[in-house]
Amino acid sequence: MALFDKFAKLAQDRAALIQTELHPFGTRIDEIYSPTEGRIGSQRVVLAGTNNYLGLTLDPDSIKAAQQALAEEGTGTTGSRMANGSYGSHMALESELADFFGRRSVIVFSTGYQANLGVIGTLAGPDDIVLLDADSHASIYDACRMGGAQVIRFRHNDAADLERRMRRLGEQAKDALIIVEGIYSMLGDQAPLREIADIKRRLGGYLLVDEAHSVGVLGQHGRGLAEELGVEDDVDVVLGTFSKSLGAIGGFAASQHPEFDLLRYASRPYIFTASPSPSSVASVRAALRALRARPELRTRLWENAHQLYSGLAGLGYQVGPQASPVVPVVLGSPQQGMAFWLGLIERGVYVNLVLPPATPNGQALVRCSVSAAHTSAQIDHIIGAFAELAITSREAAVNS
Amino acid sequence: MISQEKILERLFVYLGRIAPASTPIHPDVDLIQELGLDSIKVMDLLMELEDEFDLSIPLNVLTDVRTPAQLAEAVVTLMEPANGTVR
Ligand SMILES: Cc1ncc(COP(=O)(O)O)c(C=O)c1O
Repeated sequence: MALFDKFAKLAQDRAALIQTELHPFGTRIDEIYSPTEGRIGSQRVVLAGTNNYLGLTLDPDSIKAAQQALAEEGTGTTGSRMANGSYGSHMALESELADFFGRRSVIVFSTGYQANLGVIGTLAGPDDIVLLDADSHASIYDACRMGGAQVIRFRHNDAADLERRMRRLGEQAKDALIIVEGIYSMLGDQAPLREIADIKRRLGGYLLVDEAHSVGVLGQHGRGLAEELGVEDDVDVVLGTFSKSLGAIGGFAASQHPEFDLLRYASRPYIFTASPSPSSVASVRAALRALRARPELRTRLWENAHQLYSGLAGLGYQVGPQASPVVPVVLGSPQQGMAFWLGLIERGVYVNLVLPPATPNGQALVRCSVSAAHTSAQIDHIIGAFAELAITSREAAVNS
Repeated sequence: MISQEKILERLFVYLGRIAPASTPIHPDVDLIQELGLDSIKVMDLLMELEDEFDLSIPLNVLTDVRTPAQLAEAVVTLMEPANGTVR
């Protein structure tokens, strides 16, 4: 078999599904007007398919900090922190994050994906057991594979199922690494972290929480789900990204364990890649200051989340299990999903289309996400577009 | 001790529920290429077996598994050293 032959089925599936120039799996956003508005082709759209939870991507302070770093330190670091050195700003960001999370050590990575590879893939080797939520992000699965850990999945958000699987492991459960996410990126639901922390207290193990979608979103101070539920002391490693609420790119892991810093000498995704660029680090530091100083951003975000969630549920759509800045709407077949997504673009709304196997039960869903920067009128506009499409699809059903 | 036949029997019941009715299920059918399962469904298959036989079966057994027969064999091999524990 030739090298590229394996893509034949992919090409076939793609051709069957994608028949329009504009499609959801490679959308070109031609212009960005604000954190919540842009242009796709000739269509002005409300952006409801980002992870810009606090709307900080165009925050004047972040931009100014980034511009200054760019002017003073240049466009890139051109190398790895291990081989080519860290900049003062990398260290400053790490200590600011350590202060924010109240943890001894923080390691910054070049992306959140690499943070997962670099932490999980290095901590959990072939002799270790990882218990992970079945709906875990691809970076978590890939990290487990990289390290060669023995991986046991438990049913999504089912603490009793986790406990059953831990009991099966007997004594081995004491050293196992449990991995969950603060907010799941597709359904917007939260891990039952209180119950999971309780299991850990009783049966042992280590707990890693990927708070990629929950930092800046949950908790009184924005530290994520563990803060929201008051179980931060039970979490051994908090992992996160700069690419969502902090509006830039990069990732981090924070821990209280005295040996955690040794990962810098063992973690290949930390060592064998270039460090985050100065402008990115500077904008993240400014965004972190905004996240801490402006809790009203979180309040706005949740007002918008509730408005969209109840608006779409009120139209009769099947939405996610709980109100969240991520609001999924279940749509049926992939073809129906494609048509619906295009219908939303025509009505000036950009969201994400997600297809199986990334979705539960083989159904397509559109993933809407809200930002603190959305106005209430923009949320109404999104709901209005869904309302029109609900009427159109009901009429189509009647006529067929 | 759980036999390979017993595991295959359970696998067939489960596959019967999730695989397309048009494709015959037999021990050597390719789970992905012929039955059209995606990677998540194959991982779910392991979960079902874990609960049915009260065992821990790490995902790693899937590395060389293409068919129900290979999966059943991998699970039996896993059980040999110590019943129900990983490694
Ligand atoms: C749960 C989770 N972890 C990690 C990542 C990766 O983050 P990044 O975009 O920084 O690579 C994402 C986002 O894609 C995510 O949803």
